[in-house]
Amino acid sequence: MKDNGSNNGKELQLACGLGWFSIGLGLAEVLAPGAVAHLTGLPPRRGLLRLFGFREIATGLAIFSQRRPVEGLWARVAGDVLDLAVLASAYGSRKTNPTKITASIAAVAGVTALDVYCGQAIHSNPDAMQGVQRVRETLTINDTAENLYNFWHQFENLPGFMTHLKSVTKIGENRWHWVAKGPARTSVEWDAEIVAHRPNEFISWRSLEGSDVYTVGTVHFERAHGGRGTIIRVEMEYAPPAGALGATVAKLFGEAPQKQVPVDLRRFKQLMETGEVLRTDGQPSGRPGNRRSKIDLMLQH
Amino acid sequence: MKANCWYGKKDVRVEEVPDPEIINMNDAIVRITSTAICGSDLHLYNGFVPAMEKGDILGHEFMGEVVEVGPSVKRLQMGDRVVVPFPIACGQCFFCEKGLFSLCENSNPNSVLAEKMWGHSPAGVYGYSHLLGGFAGGQAEFARVPFADVNPIKIESSLTDEQVLFLSDILPTGYMAAENCEIEPGDTVAVWGCGPVGQFAIKSAFLLGAEQVIGIDQVPERLDMAQRNTGAEVINCSDVDSVIETLKDMTGGRGPDRCIDAVGLEADGHAHGFQYAYDRFKQSVMSETDRPIALREAILSCRNGGTVSVPGVYGGFIDKVPFGSVMNRSLTIKTGQTHVQRYMRPLLEMIEKGEIDPSFVVTHRLPLEEAAKGYAMFNDKEDHCVKIVLKPAA
Repeated sequence: MKDNGSNNGKELQLACGLGWFSIGLGLAEVLAPGAVAHLTGLPPRRGLLRLFGFREIATGLAIFSQRRPVEGLWARVAGDVLDLAVLASAYGSRKTNPTKITASIAAVAGVTALDVYCGQAIHSNPDAMQGVQRVRETLTINDTAENLYNFWHQFENLPGFMTHLKSVTKIGENRWHWVAKGPARTSVEWDAEIVAHRPNEFISWRSLEGSDVYTVGTVHFERAHGGRGTIIRVEMEYAPPAGALGATVAKLFGEAPQKQVPVDLRRFKQLMETGEVLRTDGQPSGRPGNRRSKIDLMLQH
Repeated sequence: MKANCWYGKKDVRVEEVPDPEIINMNDAIVRITSTAICGSDLHLYNGFVPAMEKGDILGHEFMGEVVEVGPSVKRLQMGDRVVVPFPIACGQCFFCEKGLFSLCENSNPNSVLAEKMWGHSPAGVYGYSHLLGGFAGGQAEFARVPFADVNPIKIESSLTDEQVLFLSDILPTGYMAAENCEIEPGDTVAVWGCGPVGQFAIKSAFLLGAEQVIGIDQVPERLDMAQRNTGAEVINCSDVDSVIETLKDMTGGRGPDRCIDAVGLEADGHAHGFQYAYDRFKQSVMSETDRPIALREAILSCRNGGTVSVPGVYGGFIDKVPFGSVMNRSLTIKTGQTHVQRYMRPLLEMIEKGEIDPSFVVTHRLPLEEAAKGYAMFNDKEDHCVKIVLKPAA
């Protein structure tokens, strides 16, 4: 069972998509206003189109540069209204092609609806404003709850199967210092504490107030039917240091928790069942310089 | 070392690559003495298997001598002569404990990708795409073998390489195909495809008590091989109007009790004119990944309440499969990548006792350096090619 990328994740994704759309359209309007005019059916007023292009680029950047993309989205809605007004005024003109104008109005109206939906959804969802990502993953492991619980409870063990973690060090009673790999060879550090636990049943942890990273996690251990080992359920919430932008960048560099947690748990299973994590890095290939497979790298890191 | 690498459709080359090293504590390194080209390697050769990357080392049927073991390996020692099964199994998970080794939960490091495509992931396989783990294959001078205490079988008798090599895949695959049929006394078994797996499926069907076995193919030398070595009756599908009608005729109108599709996703079926053209077209526009010509025919031929067993490899999606026939006529379909580890010991004993000698399928022996030539010859069925064994330089 999986719940990768909860609703707010999807909206955030949509917001990022709209941001890129803005930048792309803006660049087209600035660099090739003639072509844009031809496609949309507008009269070739290059100056006005260039101006609109700069506006598009600015709103696109606003979506990315803010911890909350919502202002950027409302700016897009305002721009959409402006675009619609220009298109409507051109509709009556004899110099324009009514079929093309109608198609352009329909296209802009569609994008406007998306902008409004996305803006409202993110506005009404405080988690999304913080770029919070949620992950849930379930797996059955052929071992006892006691063994699994004891292993997990030693948080120093986590980097053994969570490869994005560089280290976890005990700094006090129930407190741990975490160091994770960030995008582009940076690292991200935070302190977390165990907030609740019941032996052989569950462990919950969360980052301390004021940390750069917000993270809450719970792992449950539950006996499977018919002596088939232990079901583990992991639920995690995570907000990267730079909010929405951080999340986007992390995704681009493959450090997204929705992708990592399922792979990490499969490694945890390998470690507990077979005593080691099966690796394929370092095996030979006919690639120049024995370069690693791109697919393996993408999936396993 | 030298290794046969994949570079694209119909482009395989033997290149100089680094020697494999122990990566995990349970690994062994095997110096390969014999390795074979499998019919399923041709699906890679013809570009039907996704998630291949330029430079991947091919090969999943190999044997040799253990030259190095990892610190946790207990059962194997340097100098042991071993045959390596093609699916990699950990021996500890739910499926390995049930003997379903090709479904091992711990041997595919890329399982999340396989889950996206197939719902759940099977085991890792040597040299068979990154969907199945991206493991370097055995058409090479050396190979790394993970979970060495669980997988390879030691050969302690003086049998030749060619008598035991096929324990790695095709002999157990043919055997499991016949076992999946749940043959009853008096049964007739029909086998589509008389390549090496088909030959072993026919042989195994007789061993498991079939009264009559019928081999179906369009390559005359393969039909000859089946007649000569297994005692099967044969149908050359190019010579008959309808395989289904011919089978009815040979089975008193009822149809074969058990049908085995040992053809898989690249069914040739030039004898099937329109149907072949239809599937070929759908594959070329990517609206179907596999051509299920043999499977359709096996389903429609099978007698009511019979079994269709599918050892032939399918990778993705098939079209126009007569599932109504399966449901309304109470057919059972059984399939799967072979749980090789389950069959190696009993089949080795049968070889030692002389009940089966799998070396009869070998038609060509080539040095590893000539792998590319071997692939082309096997693919085009030139020079009566049925099975090629590659020999790395001694």
